[in-house]
Amino acid sequence: MARLDLIDIKKSFGETAVLHGISMSVEDGEFVSLVGQSGCGKSTLLRIIAGLEAPDSGEIRIDGRVVTEAVPKERNVAMVFQDYALYPHMSVGENMAMPLVMARLPLYARLPGMRSIMPLGRKTQAEIHGEIGKVAKQLHIDHLLDRKPAQLSGGQRQRVALGRALVRNPDVFLMDEPLSNLDAKLRVQVRTEITELHATSGLTFVYVTHDQVEAMTMSDRVALLQSGRLLQVGPPNTLYAEPSSLDVARFIGSPEINIAAGERVANGVRLGDVLLPVAVEGQGPVQIGIRPEAITVTDAVGLSSGAQTRQGPVLFFAKRLVEDLGPEVLIHGAFTHAPDSLIRIRAQKGDSYGATNALAQARSLNVTLSPAHLLFFDAEGQRLTANMLEPVEAV
Amino acid sequence: MALSKMERGQAKLAYMLVLPATILILLIYVIPIVLVFAASLTDYTLVSDYYEFVGLENYRKMFADEAFGNALRNTFVYAGLFLPGAFVISLVLAIAIQEQKQFRSVLEVLYFLPVTATLAAMALVWGALMDSGQGVINNSLGAVGIPGVNWLGSKDVVLYSLAIISLWSVIGFNMVLFLAGLTSIPPSLYEAAAIDGADGPIDKFFRVTWPMLGPTSMFVAVTSSITAFKLFDLVAILTHGGPDHASEVFLYLTFLEGFEYFNMGYSAALSLFFLGIIFLFALIQALFTDRNVHY
Repeated sequence: MARLDLIDIKKSFGETAVLHGISMSVEDGEFVSLVGQSGCGKSTLLRIIAGLEAPDSGEIRIDGRVVTEAVPKERNVAMVFQDYALYPHMSVGENMAMPLVMARLPLYARLPGMRSIMPLGRKTQAEIHGEIGKVAKQLHIDHLLDRKPAQLSGGQRQRVALGRALVRNPDVFLMDEPLSNLDAKLRVQVRTEITELHATSGLTFVYVTHDQVEAMTMSDRVALLQSGRLLQVGPPNTLYAEPSSLDVARFIGSPEINIAAGERVANGVRLGDVLLPVAVEGQGPVQIGIRPEAITVTDAVGLSSGAQTRQGPVLFFAKRLVEDLGPEVLIHGAFTHAPDSLIRIRAQKGDSYGATNALAQARSLNVTLSPAHLLFFDAEGQRLTANMLEPVEAV
Repeated sequence: MALSKMERGQAKLAYMLVLPATILILLIYVIPIVLVFAASLTDYTLVSDYYEFVGLENYRKMFADEAFGNALRNTFVYAGLFLPGAFVISLVLAIAIQEQKQFRSVLEVLYFLPVTATLAAMALVWGALMDSGQGVINNSLGAVGIPGVNWLGSKDVVLYSLAIISLWSVIGFNMVLFLAGLTSIPPSLYEAAAIDGADGPIDKFFRVTWPMLGPTSMFVAVTSSITAFKLFDLVAILTHGGPDHASEVFLYLTFLEGFEYFNMGYSAALSLFFLGIIFLFALIQALFTDRNVHY
């Protein structure tokens, strides 16, 4: 268990700068995800923490100890690789024993065949055996200890990799996209298991993923990287509800946030022929981020676009297609005033217009926006502060 | 069991499809082996049309023949000198070259060059280099005050000299095989090993490299063994089995018996014995390679 500090980590591969000065801390026992698109530098950052890659500049501290120059084994970190990196020629038990054997047996006792010649470190071997048994039991792989990795399923290999990392009782537990080689169903299951493992072990976890759902569901805090820069670090819900920039808002959340072009006017923000009663700093054009669930399909009839209702102002929406997800539907289309845009709406089936039949028929819908749930960004994608104004009298 | 008309038609087609390959195998392998075996049971010589069936007489003669024992011994000594070098030097070179970033391809080409050269021609070059009087090697040694060695003319040295020449010609090839094996080891295994604490060269080699190279090593060992037992051209060109039969290896003896002394029957018996040895190596490879594949 330990705290991890990264101070201004920079890294380039040749001419290409991969990390532009990353500074962040992971508290003792915290689960932090590094998330971002491929090529954003998240794996490189993890490898720098592990000591597999050296930063060009900056400092890494584990539990206050500077380990920037230390080789991996001196850092006492454990790592689970994307392809698990199990030693194919060793049994599950030998795989898991590897870190302990390396740490506790002297070199001459580790040479091949030495154990059969001399009874070296028999006591140590027995200890190691006992510890592996305990961890294997915890991960439910104790019946597989004599098998070779090739004889295991993907999920079992995953567990062996976790086991090999756990036996050494590391200060920091690093994981590089450990779920990406599993099928969708198993991924959800192992996701829960890793979260539980974090809870029971109390270890400091750093988890790399490109999947924002994994990051959101598993972590205490999410660090979003883009092009080697840290965009935002915070609890999952903060990144979702209060993204610092349009890039964060776009990356977090599925389906992706809708973006509509608006105009700041004297008494609010204009979106098409609708006036949103929100005061946004600055003036001129603004990008409005609308989460798919911030739009409600309304069954009120005879309303004109721009009319105010209790749920918010009404907009006309041209439906393109409907995806049935079971409990809810995803409606694709565009606001009628901007037919080239793509807007997605998430609607519960319980809503009257959520009923698939009605939706299948309707060409255009009336939708309302909830002004309190809208996010505003400037042309560069920086978040703008917004304050609700007194709503216009509703009809 | 009666076959339907269609099944019989299909079977016919299947036989027709394997026919060309079968004929080739029969012509190239099976029939010659059978003929050589038949010849080994006769006293057929190249100089006389008359021959008769002698049963296993040739084989009895073989095991009593001093030359046979000498050739077998020479072959094993030579293999004992050649094999460790052909294996270890190639492996060390491959590992060293693989860790090179800049000159890797240049080094690969340099070490592979001897493989592309015609060994018969190169043997003459080596013969000149190793000449006891005017050879470059002895001259160089003499320049630094070391007495020259009679590389190809001394009974005690000649097998070493032949082994050195063969090593020169085969190391590049084995090295490329090892390089291919090394390249196929996933780098994440070395990284996992580094995190697990196996980051020294010895641990890295014994924990990851050596076990992962299993199939490649087996292949190199077996092909090199076969190469060692097939030694012929160097002897034929450089030493003619001399001095005093000290470099008379198995294949050269077979050649002598057949084409110098014209004892075709006896030579055929020697050939079959040789075939047995090669078959043994092939068998070992077939049995072990499968078991050593990890994926």
